[in-house]
Amino acid sequence: MFFNIILHNIPSKASPQAQAIEAEGAYLLRYAQLQLRNPAQAEDAVQETLLAAIEGIARFSGKSSLRTWLTGILKHKIIDQLRRSAREQAFDVDDDRAEAEAIDALFAGDGHWRGMPSDWGNPDAALENSRFRAAFELCLQRLPERSARVFTMREVMDMSTGEICQELQITPTNCWVMLHRARLTLRECLELNWFDGSRR
Amino acid sequence: MMSTCKHASELMSQGQDRTLGPVERLQLRLHLLICKRCRRVEQQFGLLRAAIRRCRDDS
Repeated sequence: MFFNIILHNIPSKASPQAQAIEAEGAYLLRYAQLQLRNPAQAEDAVQETLLAAIEGIARFSGKSSLRTWLTGILKHKIIDQLRRSAREQAFDVDDDRAEAEAIDALFAGDGHWRGMPSDWGNPDAALENSRFRAAFELCLQRLPERSARVFTMREVMDMSTGEICQELQITPTNCWVMLHRARLTLRECLELNWFDGSRR
Repeated sequence: MMSTCKHASELMSQGQDRTLGPVERLQLRLHLLICKRCRRVEQQFGLLRAAIRRCRDDS
């Protein structure tokens, strides 16, 4: 099993304590698999936990059981895995590139608006307008999923950027990028589906 | 130095999410002074926020 490989790499630590830690491996793996859907991630989290435990056995006070202590370490490793996958999702996916390209297409090469944004007039009048409301709801539904999630947390649930970052384990910069995209996508969609239509 | 509309739109968006720094506020104000397009987008961003609040509070 993979725990043995780790233990054999640290021969001087193959103490009774290290063996006791190894004996908890199966339990920890089950625990990790419940929290992480991805089996490879669960194994990684357990391996990291076992390594950290063997290296840091001196910090184990014996006040709690060994299992409790190991589970405490594992929880942190699981959170690290979740963060890592959220980050990978944020940067890896083709959606992200497509979204970035759609935003770039709104601007000319020199960074200025390609078209002339319309004067939407009196906000109160627009808000009372049923066509505006219908277009707004349609445009919200069309937002890419990740931007929509961040935008909803920010604008509908009134969460701060800090709270959103914590919840989704993303950086503030990442959060602002997604909110910026969401707002630009929404205004573009409203220009096309509401304002242009209302002029015809 | 004049910022681009893209940069200005980032500052306008972030201005809804955090307090902009003094340099950012100055940059944005100077840009809005000379850019009608961005003034319109600023108005549109305001309307987006108002619209979502209205949707939320009505339902």
